[in-house]
Amino acid sequence: MSDKHAAQGETGAHDDHDDHHEELGFWRKYVFSVDHKVIGIQYAVTGLVFLFFGFCLMMLMRWNLAYPGKVLPILGGLLGEDRMPGGIMTPDFYNQLGAMHGTIMVFLGVVPLAVGGFGNFVVPLQIGAPDMSFPRMNMYSYWSYFLGGVVMFLSFFVPGGPAQSGWTSYPPLANIALEGQTWWLIGMLFLIMSSLLGAINFITTIIQLRADGLTFFRLPFFVWAQFVTSFLLLLAFPPLQAAGIFQLMDRVFGTSFFMPSGLVVSGQALEVAGGGSPILWQHLFWFLAHPEVYVLILPAMGIVGEVIANNTRKPLWGYKSMVYSIIFLGFMSFIVWAHHMYLTGMGTAMSAFFQTTTMIISIPSVIILTALVLSLWGGSIRFNTPMLFALAFLPMFGIGGLTGLPLGLAAPDIHLHDTYYVIGHFHYVVAPGTIFALFAGVYYWYPKATGRKMNEFLGKLHFWPSLIFMNGIFFPMLIQGMAGMQRRLYDGGLEYGYAQGVLHWHKMISMCAWGLALSQIPFILNFFISLRKPREVGENPWDATTLEWAAPSPPPHGNFATEPVVYRDPYEYSVPGHDQDFLPQFQPSATK
Amino acid sequence: MSSVIPYTVETRPDTGLNNVKIGIWLFLASEVMLFGALFAGYIILRVGSEDWPAGADFGLSVPLAFVNTLVLISSSVTMVMAWASLIRKDPKKYKMYMALTVLGGVGFMIIKYIEYTAKFHHGYYPSEHNFLAIYFTLTGLHALHVIGGAAVNAYYLGPGFSMWHTNPEQFTNRVETAGLFWHFVDLVWIFLFPVLYLL
Repeated sequence: MSDKHAAQGETGAHDDHDDHHEELGFWRKYVFSVDHKVIGIQYAVTGLVFLFFGFCLMMLMRWNLAYPGKVLPILGGLLGEDRMPGGIMTPDFYNQLGAMHGTIMVFLGVVPLAVGGFGNFVVPLQIGAPDMSFPRMNMYSYWSYFLGGVVMFLSFFVPGGPAQSGWTSYPPLANIALEGQTWWLIGMLFLIMSSLLGAINFITTIIQLRADGLTFFRLPFFVWAQFVTSFLLLLAFPPLQAAGIFQLMDRVFGTSFFMPSGLVVSGQALEVAGGGSPILWQHLFWFLAHPEVYVLILPAMGIVGEVIANNTRKPLWGYKSMVYSIIFLGFMSFIVWAHHMYLTGMGTAMSAFFQTTTMIISIPSVIILTALVLSLWGGSIRFNTPMLFALAFLPMFGIGGLTGLPLGLAAPDIHLHDTYYVIGHFHYVVAPGTIFALFAGVYYWYPKATGRKMNEFLGKLHFWPSLIFMNGIFFPMLIQGMAGMQRRLYDGGLEYGYAQGVLHWHKMISMCAWGLALSQIPFILNFFISLRKPREVGENPWDATTLEWAAPSPPPHGNFATEPVVYRDPYEYSVPGHDQDFLPQFQPSATK
Repeated sequence: MSSVIPYTVETRPDTGLNNVKIGIWLFLASEVMLFGALFAGYIILRVGSEDWPAGADFGLSVPLAFVNTLVLISSSVTMVMAWASLIRKDPKKYKMYMALTVLGGVGFMIIKYIEYTAKFHHGYYPSEHNFLAIYFTLTGLHALHVIGGAAVNAYYLGPGFSMWHTNPEQFTNRVETAGLFWHFVDLVWIFLFPVLYLL
């Protein structure tokens, strides 16, 4: 907020950021921009790059799981003697890849794309606002995220490599790990800062900058999803910040927050004061990380809601029950965290409480999913690329959710805990679930962001193999896990007798993972080739009803030509007696 | 339509608030969660310990901390007076009260510095015992908040004051926002003092 512009005070309207009359230079316009659309695209592109990077780490790991101890051709020699001596992966390097895959996918890939990217680009447009309520803070939020990403990336090159104690960084292992763990903690503090600033901005924007007539129950479902997500980020991240500060103190100043008394490492008693509690980290970590699961899934549900309503040409079935469900879901997500900790010996009374809340939280998820499925009933469905991804989200998230039920109950979790079943379960939620929804969002809002539609044929060439390979990767993991095969094993369970019967799946899973990488090529080509086409689409290429389609494509600085006014609910499709099958929120009367 | 963000100064009729007021309260909510988690850590460590020491065992000085409490509370009072002076359109009084507020922050940090050096002098480092670990973490993080708040206040006393001449309403809002943060910092200390020094 610069003092210079505050001089325009007489009318009560104050310019909060750069004057739109001035022509901005390249750096202010495209790099250090305060425009929510530019920041949204920056977030989305950075997020997509990190998603691909995190995926590459996993493909390396898949090599060693499919062919343990074998030389990785070509690439193996390029990664350095300390990581892959003679082209064979060291266990330490495998652990580093695993820890960084999780961290990058969750904190640098999916959340920035779902919240930072789509949230920033779409929310102000959907509520008819000229920008976010704090544009400059929005820019700081992106650059804090970017710095966090840089720190995480650089940690690959510090002595001893990056963090290798899992994305969960459980102490005391993480406390005694090498330097990379300190980098991880510092990177996380930047990412947390970014999320907090973003969350404050989103909530304020949605409360304050809604257009005239846009009441809370006229908000598109996507805006509701972002609203609840922001509260989760705002209130759940600080405890991880506290935990990160504790761990940083332990590592840098030698405190014993997470160090129990009498700890012996490699036959030597550690010289620390002791008296700390490793379980304290788990509680603080999961107090964030369970709501974080919903941070990953709620924006995805929001995108799917938008795409489904638009392509069934029907209002969403049970919009209000979906809204109440998502609020309840957000609230409940704060009191289920210890279902990740049944095996820590916290006692049956605690387990009983947390398995009860876990069963309760499945109810609103089922309501939302059911409402989305019922929305299809009787619609004249358009099977375009965004719709295909949105439709695939439904059964994929369904499998992910249902496979979670046995994990939420303390008794079956004793068998399934830390097995490949867990990996299969949560990847069904986030990979073919959330990431498919994010792809739907990219295809759906690409015309708004660029003024061009993406190619449908390449889109379908992206969708179908992705769907097949995703299932080829994650379904066998459920089988392996039920046989008892543990996760985080460098050789994939080669040394365990009970795992022998399911080891052969590793090869197929790895093949599918590499196949999945190949099926992203049409997407990458499509993304860039479509940019070279002439701007052909108008304001509303999908015949949609929500406010973002009232702005030009791409929207200019300040978004709308005239201040939009909202007259009705978000999804007025196929209104009887109306000459078109869609009636936008911003259109004054039903008869045209 | 221009890119002017509505409700930066004036209140939105249906919510009765301006953007900044919502923003600062949301920020304070996240701060409550941060310090809440840190206090939760304190509780877990203390409950899990068989012989948790009293503050006096490590030479924590109740009189010094008591003086510091008074300093911080007084600076909260002068902060309110500074804001009230702006509402009464009295920039001279504002400057006096704001200077006192900044002085309070600086005074608090000086006393904190004396306390810290005394600990280090006796060899009481964070790694010695978890009581000292949580003491230094909580008070250190609080001290960072004091420094941040005092820096913002000093800005509104010095270079930031020019806004009073161009847009007094927005300037008053900013001082109010800085005040809310300052009171929060004060409130955290009100919890820290008994927890670390007395209990």
